Amino acid sequence: MRIDCKHVWQYISAYIDGDVDAALRADIDKHLETCEICSAVLDSTRNVVILVADDRVFELPAGFSERLHSRIDRELESAESP
Amino acid sequence: MKDANPEFEAECIRRILGGEKDLFHELIRPCERGIYFLLLSLLKNETEAEDAAQETVIKVYLNLKNFRGDSQFRTWVLSIARNEGLGRLRRQTNRREDSLEAETDDQNGDFTPAILTSWREIPTEALEKKELAAILRAGIESLPEIYRNIIFLRDIEEMDIRETAAALGISEGAVKVRLHRARAMLQRRLAPQLKGFAPKRKGWFGGRA
Repeated sequence: MRIDCKHVWQYISAYIDGDVDAALRADIDKHLETCEICSAVLDSTRNVVILVADDRVFELPAGFSERLHSRIDRELESAESP
Repeated sequence: MKDANPEFEAECIRRILGGEKDLFHELIRPCERGIYFLLLSLLKNETEAEDAAQETVIKVYLNLKNFRGDSQFRTWVLSIARNEGLGRLRRQTNRREDSLEAETDDQNGDFTPAILTSWREIPTEALEKKELAAILRAGIESLPEIYRNIIFLRDIEEMDIRETAAALGISEGAVKVRLHRARAMLQRRLAPQLKGFAPKRKGWFGGRA
């Protein structure tokens, strides 16, 4: 089936997650072969998804873990077993 | 999601309840980032999010005997974190209670992507530049809350659809719809700003001069 650009955009997120069925994937792949706009939209979206997943984008505040675990220690000392 | 290990968790919980309390440190460690960033996305304040994260962890400890094992441990922990965050939002006097869940999926928004004719991939090595990470953070922080939460859990903490749905108390279908919209909004906002971070020629380091 021939599908248009807007149709492809609807499924870009699902396509990236591998959450489209084989027939739809084939239709999208076919469209991507000849549509440089949709290819660029897909590639840029996937690129953004990969970049934001990197631990360097959102880091825990300095000392977060140490403060959390000393709080846990205080609780373990004072409280009875759960 | 990173390194969920149900057998390790079940064994840990059994031993903690049996008196080996110190094992709680190891049990909670893999959940720390998820707890903090879920709370940060709700509360939008680092100090408040850290305080709420500590409260969450103590509540997890005190309620450990109530964990049924019919969901993943981490999902259960994140639902406690979410309740802690929502409770704090309700207590904030300058925020109307009914606005908490008022943002709905049928709100109008423009989910059309930024139209590009080509894209040169930006490698993760480019994140050595602090400016790139700052642009990505600003893009995510500018999203409406319901979309920001989804990006935090699904794309930053890399939880699966089912776990994301359980942690946020919404259906898997709603997760997919919001994720699609959130990613489209991010691409639209970020792609034009990110273009300049693509390697100029072959090779990222050294080969650029």
